[in-house]
Amino acid sequence: MILSAPDRYDVVVVGAGLAGTAASYLLAKAGMNVLCVERGEEPGTKNVMGGILYRQPTEKIIPGWWKDAPTERPIVDERLWLLTQDSMVQAGFRSARYGEEPYNAFSVLRVKFDKWFADQAIAAGATLVTNTVVEDVIRENGRVVGVKTGRDQGDIYANIVIAADGVNSLLSKRAGLHGELAPNQVALVTKEVINMSREKIEDRFLLNPNEGATIEIFGDSTMAMLGYGFIYTNRDSLSVGVGALLSDFIRKKINPNVLMEHFKNHPMVKKLLEGGEAKEYMAHMIPEGGAAAMPPVYSDGILVVGDAAGLSNPIYREGSNLALISAKLAVQVCVEAHQRGDFSAHALSRYKTLLDESFIMDDLRAYSKTSQFFQKKPEFLEKYPGLLVDALHELLTVDSVPKRAKQRKILRQVLANRRPWDLAKDAIGALRSLT
Amino acid sequence: MHAVVSIKQVPDTAEVRIDPRTNTMIRTGVPSIVNPDDRHAIEEAVRLKEKFGGRVTVVTMGPPQAREALREAISYGADDAILCSDRRFAGADTLATSYALWKAVLKIAEIEPIDLVLCGRQALDGDTGQVPPGLATRLGWPQLTSVLKLDEVDFAGRSIQVHRAVEGGVEIVKSKLPCVITCTREINVLRYATFPNMVRAARYQPSLWDKTDLGIDDESQIGLRGSPTIVSKVWAPLRRQRGTTQVIDGSDPQEAARSLARILMGEPAEEAPVVAERGTDG
Ligand SMILES: Cc1cc2nc3c(=O)[nH]c(=O)nc-3n(C[C@H](O)[C@H](O)[C@H](O)COP(=O)(O)OP(=O)(O)OC[C@H]3O[C@@H](n4cnc5c(N)ncnc54)[C@H](O)[C@@H]3O)c2cc1C
Repeated sequence: MILSAPDRYDVVVVGAGLAGTAASYLLAKAGMNVLCVERGEEPGTKNVMGGILYRQPTEKIIPGWWKDAPTERPIVDERLWLLTQDSMVQAGFRSARYGEEPYNAFSVLRVKFDKWFADQAIAAGATLVTNTVVEDVIRENGRVVGVKTGRDQGDIYANIVIAADGVNSLLSKRAGLHGELAPNQVALVTKEVINMSREKIEDRFLLNPNEGATIEIFGDSTMAMLGYGFIYTNRDSLSVGVGALLSDFIRKKINPNVLMEHFKNHPMVKKLLEGGEAKEYMAHMIPEGGAAAMPPVYSDGILVVGDAAGLSNPIYREGSNLALISAKLAVQVCVEAHQRGDFSAHALSRYKTLLDESFIMDDLRAYSKTSQFFQKKPEFLEKYPGLLVDALHELLTVDSVPKRAKQRKILRQVLANRRPWDLAKDAIGALRSLT
Repeated sequence: MHAVVSIKQVPDTAEVRIDPRTNTMIRTGVPSIVNPDDRHAIEEAVRLKEKFGGRVTVVTMGPPQAREALREAISYGADDAILCSDRRFAGADTLATSYALWKAVLKIAEIEPIDLVLCGRQALDGDTGQVPPGLATRLGWPQLTSVLKLDEVDFAGRSIQVHRAVEGGVEIVKSKLPCVITCTREINVLRYATFPNMVRAARYQPSLWDKTDLGIDDESQIGLRGSPTIVSKVWAPLRRQRGTTQVIDGSDPQEAARSLARILMGEPAEEAPVVAERGTDG
């Protein structure tokens, strides 16, 4: 069977991550002639995620996906830890409802998931070329009309280019949509996959067979930088990572590997990882700026989706869902543009309108506030965890001191560190930034 | 010109691990690649096509996932690819493999006469180099093994002259066409696949030929039954002992020379002013 390559595609998608593959899948389903180009040897080999994938948003792309897709464990238990050097405050939510259909979220390993996801796009009729780097956009009369790959005869022409090339998108930079990211607009995260037997995982995390847990770890886990650590349970491994704002790494002159070692060696963390065998090590960036740092997401002949568009909400551990939903909205716009034969910036601006109307921009505007607030208030990370731990320590230590005296002592301690007015401002500010 | 390239998908590993209980290779978790020598065979065939015109057909015998190797061959510029796959081929040694491939080559030749069959010199995993000679013998064609260079190819005159690697030198041999050639890695320099070929490969569905398609009735020739080879034992060679690197202080050349001499003559090391010791990997 010989199929010669057409000279022109309806859409060329750059990157076969979550956003790119979702777009390719939906475009192929809509009967469009779509080519997806991925630099990795296989989809997923270059991708790093915690990774918790959410059931509902992913169903917007492939209904019932979790019945076939390679997932690790459904998440039934989500925990939050606040660490100081020797203590921990914890909160969490566990529900049996999350352990049954239709589930809320699954841990996944992207190497496996992305391969499966890409196979669905191929089966739907998309063409996927791997092992090929897209190096630039092709422009004619100021419009994007295609992309250049690093291969011979590698120019590809298309009515629309979808940039789904992830954080720090080369493509949208080349299309003139934004410049270099500022160090306070990205977080740098290192992650390890640590092998551990199923039984051990289930014992340590108090799980029934095949159930999963997540722990998000704040405070001493990041050496007082803005960020957090995480431990997620896979089938027979743990995903362990920690990250912080790039600008904080620079300001504090901390090396990411040093942070990772610090995190893994915290007594509370160490206990959970004991006996595990590190299998993979990787590092990746996460867009951190929220709505305020978003580049324009469209121009003549080009749409930007997922991490490439800065769509991520790290405090809620969301990114995958934003990538998938933005891809879906972009596809809707591609199909409309195709029907009208109009690929101008004006026609494609509808994508931004759809994003604005969706939950995505609402969440990202809120996230900008949160991120800016905490960046301006390093004391939150430097002082408050310690104060909280000291307060709890005082309160819970049984030493024949009346409770009222303890409370007064706690108050004195707090006030010695922070004036009442500042405390009130911080509390209100933090609440506002999170809502 | 019609060149057929016979390739093999092999596990991508420089360090082959052996299961000590079963004496077989542990293949799980090891990614597969086109056997490196075979890539040069594909490249040579594509170069011939570029020079003389014609077609390149690639064939392999293997499990269904060997499709990936065939797609890769398409990306390097082959025109067609055929996968010979059948449960009953499983467990084939070099004799049974050459039998199935022989049947495949005969069938390809029915579609379009063949000028040349190219193979890699040997496979990364088995290292025997026995399949191409087996194939040539069954076809009754001359074989030119370990070829370093195609010197003169004359399709009209039905002849070919090549350089072969032989013990301690190079042999220049002439043969008539068609023949079987096994390629060394010196024969050419690999090129990256072009983008149009990558697209073609991404969409390409290799033809699938089973035992019946190949016209094989006699099952005693294929798979485990057709394989007289018995692997009695496989083991990984012992790793060489780590050597040590000694660095001699060179500030006083005479003393340094004396130290070196002492070490070479096997005198006790502590007498030599060794300033550092480093382990090296064999
Ligand atoms: C450590 C970490 C943990 C995370 N945990 C979670 C989590 O638990 N839950 C969650 O929802 N989100 C999480 N995220 C965020 C989530 O991973 C991303 O939001 C999501 O992967 C974005 O998808 P994407 O398709 O936009 O980008 P990606 O998945 O990064 O895909 C981009 C693709 O483009 C390819 N590419 C890039 N440049 C080129 C080029 N020039 N040519 C060709 N191909 C190219 C890449 O190889 C890659 O395959 C996490 C992120 C990190 C770093």
